[in-house]
Amino acid sequence: MGERDYPMKEIALHLLDLAENSVSAGAKTVQISICEDQNADLLTASIEDDGRGMTPEMVKIVTDPFVTSRTTRKVGLGIPLLKGAAEECNGGLQISSTPGVGTRVEVSFQHSHIDRMPLGNLAATFLGLSVAHPEVHWVFRYTARNNGAEETFEYDDQPIKETLEGLSITHPEVLAYLRGMLEEGIGAAKSILNE
Amino acid sequence: MPTVKSLEDLKKIREEALKKRDIKSAPGSVQIVVGMGTPGIAAGARETLKEILGIIEEKNLTNITVRQTGNIGMDSWEPIVQVVVGEAAPVTYGKVTPAAARQIMEQHIMDGKVVNDYVIPA
Repeated sequence: MGERDYPMKEIALHLLDLAENSVSAGAKTVQISICEDQNADLLTASIEDDGRGMTPEMVKIVTDPFVTSRTTRKVGLGIPLLKGAAEECNGGLQISSTPGVGTRVEVSFQHSHIDRMPLGNLAATFLGLSVAHPEVHWVFRYTARNNGAEETFEYDDQPIKETLEGLSITHPEVLAYLRGMLEEGIGAAKSILNE
Repeated sequence: MPTVKSLEDLKKIREEALKKRDIKSAPGSVQIVVGMGTPGIAAGARETLKEILGIIEEKNLTNITVRQTGNIGMDSWEPIVQVVVGEAAPVTYGKVTPAAARQIMEQHIMDGKVVNDYVIPA
């Protein structure tokens, strides 16, 4: 991978990619957490699901498909690209997975690193997942830390879906409500960070 | 700072929507599926989905189900969007940029005319 201008240049797009993996793995509940910590100069993101999980061998394949090239299984490049991008920014990517229990992927970056990809549009990623995979229970958490202050926004779509009681989640006013909730909630938490 | 949206607000939206339901029932339901595998995301499928949801909001469209799905396996056509209107056969569109998505929403979903320019040839 000589060039680094691959098109998934937002952490929010990589999280979407990972979330699709969780859905494909049959997850019923998926939790995505992001923390921008300017005190510790660290950006971490994690996704945890209760899908079918992977064997240690499979984890190796999805992390380093070039090292384990004898496989005939088709594996996407999303995870190795994200891992490479994190390592370039003094961070890394870890996968822990148990077959039958679920998978957790965690990625970290030095927050202030000049090459760190932007966080990107978390609200658009979250809205799409919550609305277009309504069969999955989504929990999204965004935390900002700066100067000893901490703000967290949490979006759990279970109570929302219960409140809808049969009204479509794609009803235009419901979409406006959810979009506003995500954009305002993340924006408010983010406002304690320095530019 | 904006007031935090509460579930009470959502309950009100629900009550209002149910009151209006009999007045504003669209003819037949619509299903839209956006391919959101790695190649789709890399080609811009999230922006396509964002535009579709934005148009539903903007044009106040009801009876539309939106789904995202994993890799479809036609990478060169991403972003891919499939549209099913009522009982009609599914129409699969390729290279659906946000601008193309708007055209599909306005012509196909709202006006019933397939947008041939973006249909993936069988």
